Amino acid sequence: MNKNPQLNKHGELQHLLTTEGLPSPILLNILDTAESFVGVTERDIKKVPLLRGKSIFNLFFEPSTRTQTTFEIAAKRLSADVVNLNIAASSQSKGETLLDTVDNLSAMHADMFIVRHSQSGAAHLIARHVRPEIHVINAGDGRHAHPTQALLDMFTIRHYKRDFNNLRVAIVGDILHSRVARSQIHALTTLGVPEIRVIAPKTLLPNKVERLGVHVYHDMEQGLKDIDVLLMLRLQNERMLGASLPSSEEYFKYYGLTQEKLSLAKQDAIVLHPGPMNRGIEIDSAVADGEQSVILPQVTFGIAVRMAVMSILTGN
Amino acid sequence: MKIQIKNGHLIDPKNGIDAVMDVFIAAGKIVAIGSAPNNFQTNHVIDAEGLVVCPGLVDLSARLREPGYEYKATLESEMDAAVAGGITSLACPPDTDPPLDEPGLVEMLKHRARSLNQARVYPIGALTQGLKGKHLTEMAELRDAGCVAFGQSDAPLTDTLVMMQSMQYAATFGFGVWLRPQDMSLSNNGVAHDGEVATRLGLPPIPVCAETIALSNIIMLARETGAKVHLCRLSSAEGVSMVRAAKKQGMSITCDVAINHMHLSEMDIGFFDSNCHLVPPLRGLSDRDALRAGLMDGTIDAVCSDHTPVDEDAKLLPFGEAEVGATGLELLLPLTLKWALEMRLPLSTAIAKITVEPSKILGVDTGHLSPATAADLCIFDPNQYWKVEPAALKSQGKNTPFLGMELQGRVKYTLVDGSIVYER
Amino acid sequence: MQLPDAEILLTHLIGEIQPEISGSTALVGIYTGGVWLAERMHQSLGIRLPLGTLDVSFYRDDFDQIGLHPKVKPSDIPFEVEGSHIILVDDVLYTGRTIRAAINELFDYGRPASIRLATLVDRGGREMPITAQFVGATIVLPEEKMLALEQGNDGRLSLSLYNKNPVEQ
Repeated sequence: MNKNPQLNKHGELQHLLTTEGLPSPILLNILDTAESFVGVTERDIKKVPLLRGKSIFNLFFEPSTRTQTTFEIAAKRLSADVVNLNIAASSQSKGETLLDTVDNLSAMHADMFIVRHSQSGAAHLIARHVRPEIHVINAGDGRHAHPTQALLDMFTIRHYKRDFNNLRVAIVGDILHSRVARSQIHALTTLGVPEIRVIAPKTLLPNKVERLGVHVYHDMEQGLKDIDVLLMLRLQNERMLGASLPSSEEYFKYYGLTQEKLSLAKQDAIVLHPGPMNRGIEIDSAVADGEQSVILPQVTFGIAVRMAVMSILTGN
Repeated sequence: MKIQIKNGHLIDPKNGIDAVMDVFIAAGKIVAIGSAPNNFQTNHVIDAEGLVVCPGLVDLSARLREPGYEYKATLESEMDAAVAGGITSLACPPDTDPPLDEPGLVEMLKHRARSLNQARVYPIGALTQGLKGKHLTEMAELRDAGCVAFGQSDAPLTDTLVMMQSMQYAATFGFGVWLRPQDMSLSNNGVAHDGEVATRLGLPPIPVCAETIALSNIIMLARETGAKVHLCRLSSAEGVSMVRAAKKQGMSITCDVAINHMHLSEMDIGFFDSNCHLVPPLRGLSDRDALRAGLMDGTIDAVCSDHTPVDEDAKLLPFGEAEVGATGLELLLPLTLKWALEMRLPLSTAIAKITVEPSKILGVDTGHLSPATAADLCIFDPNQYWKVEPAALKSQGKNTPFLGMELQGRVKYTLVDGSIVYER
Repeated sequence: MQLPDAEILLTHLIGEIQPEISGSTALVGIYTGGVWLAERMHQSLGIRLPLGTLDVSFYRDDFDQIGLHPKVKPSDIPFEVEGSHIILVDDVLYTGRTIRAAINELFDYGRPASIRLATLVDRGGREMPITAQFVGATIVLPEEKMLALEQGNDGRLSLSLYNKNPVEQ
């Protein structure tokens, strides 16, 4: 159980489950490959025949139209056959186990599973279980990881900032519950970003988060000084229902990104957000639609990055 | 039958014996240690050369899954596992289905167990009805039916007034109250220790204060009520310190630790190994080290297996959804020996923690090899290595973090009431 | 063995193509050697339409065996493929599979009126029914040898021979 489950015996990527533990050359290879796919998505014919004849199953145990659609588009641009499964509705409720569902689909000659699940570790479990020829991409498991999101964020950062080695990056929001934040932190560290900050109230920070290699800030104005890249996180409504936060108004006042707070960062700082945005809660419309926002390019890059991941996995 | 156990290394911590000596058994009792009594006509000789002969092991917590959970394991299979593990007396927690809150259920369980003629089963009765933490059970009736103490197992007891009153009632009769220190609100549906690993893996956390705050309540109420309290399954360094302080102040409180927590930590979760999904959770390395030290200095009185057989399907789920627990009856001996070996402690210290000490907590006269007492013995090879694999385990629960590992120490014979109930 | 001078072959090739082109001819070079050649040809021949470049990585037929090539360069066809007369340019014509992939890729851009092929060296060993209309030289080589075009720092082109890697299973 100690070998890196993502790599095959040649050290090549077999599954993409988390950015943690992936060596820098592998991350860079994904970004470089994505670069060439951006060119494809800009043509009139946005398809290449690379994965023709391959069957890709979107296994979404936790619903998400956005993410599912992006993966579907990416797969179709590679000429693969895509099947979308929203398991929440069907077999799980009939009492079929997670792995039984996977086994049934494997028997239908699946080449790849793209898995989203509400429990941390679900993608790892599935990857351990499937036949060696099947590849698994983690599309988000509980609060653990969302590697393709982190990769497209890295691609976006590289697109606008070129060099990772002299950046200051801040991640703002609910780190405690965020799989995106965890994946971003691992990727940023591996790619050599010298300073990574997390900005959040104490109730939204996991214990011993500094051990992941980040500096903790509770004061957003302090935390944003000299920042080159702002990675904003989505605040879920549930946080206001429990005792993590009193209200979205107070959150917005102290942790929401306004034009004013953004001006504390570097002048050419860029703002990213994984979407969907809660305007007026974690981010102001002025910023979201403003010049420093690269939120829409993120979406385009997201398709190229996912095409890259699928191609690399299938080709290995 | 008259049995002579020859040339074994006899270790009986209670009587201070640690030497090569013979044991003579007749009519189900130990008749002599050392030299044969006059006119002893041996029917059967057990050659224990190179083996350790000790009192049958006493396990403070083994879930037998009956009544109610027969699909996970049966009384037959788990009782087989117990004697294969050298265990001759075991206590089973009240969280069966239905829970052990009715004398009839307890009698039935005792009867079923007795008919198997294997280990002695000492049920822990439910402290509150249905384990719901609201109303008291008929503790005196349950004691008459065979319960040796009362507890809640993992079920919450959140109402501190009920906790106090149940302790007062138990204290009236001198009954033991066994409680797991676990604050449910602070546990907050967590599945792993609130530390580095849970942060990295994105697992909902259970902070140490979930144990220490509950521990604080229990200790203070025990002091207040004078109840005889036993703390089940410590997991944290702070918890050990609190118990140490309480004992230093003269409180007669006892506690135990489970075998897995003596060796493993949050690090062992690795890539979400659901065999490490345990309650209490596996905590940090410093917590583990404190538990090991606490067992050594006597703060922790005994080790138990906390045997919880779980069917394979229930573990083949994402970590947080996987059913908690590990199989342990057959690992109690080798893992206790491993602890002693690593701490450079003599064998007799290890054996005391699973024989005489748990017997004191149970309040039964076992865990020693005194003449004229019931001949419950465990004879094992301290040097034999064996691999922990499904086929090697008699329990239906194959769920253990030690799967695939080699352990040292294997039982060769187990005797209960002078009969050989297990032989390998 | 003695390899021909690439610069001489290129001059010869340009000479062959010169009389066969018109105002609607477009050149498309296949990365990497074909692009170097096409750049030189484009200049010498005074082709009007801008130069096109193709990376066929996404259209190869050996993806399942050898996976994705690490550095894929962007294909760029800056003229209207529909109705065009294209001359594809590659450095070495061997099995013909690269050209098959290039033709497939070109058709994703539109429907050309015609496609012809210019190659610096034809080394035989065809596995596809592909022929070049313009050839610099025909050379016979043993199977285990690979022929490659190189560009020096001064831009000078030359041919070199190396051993093929053992095929990975």
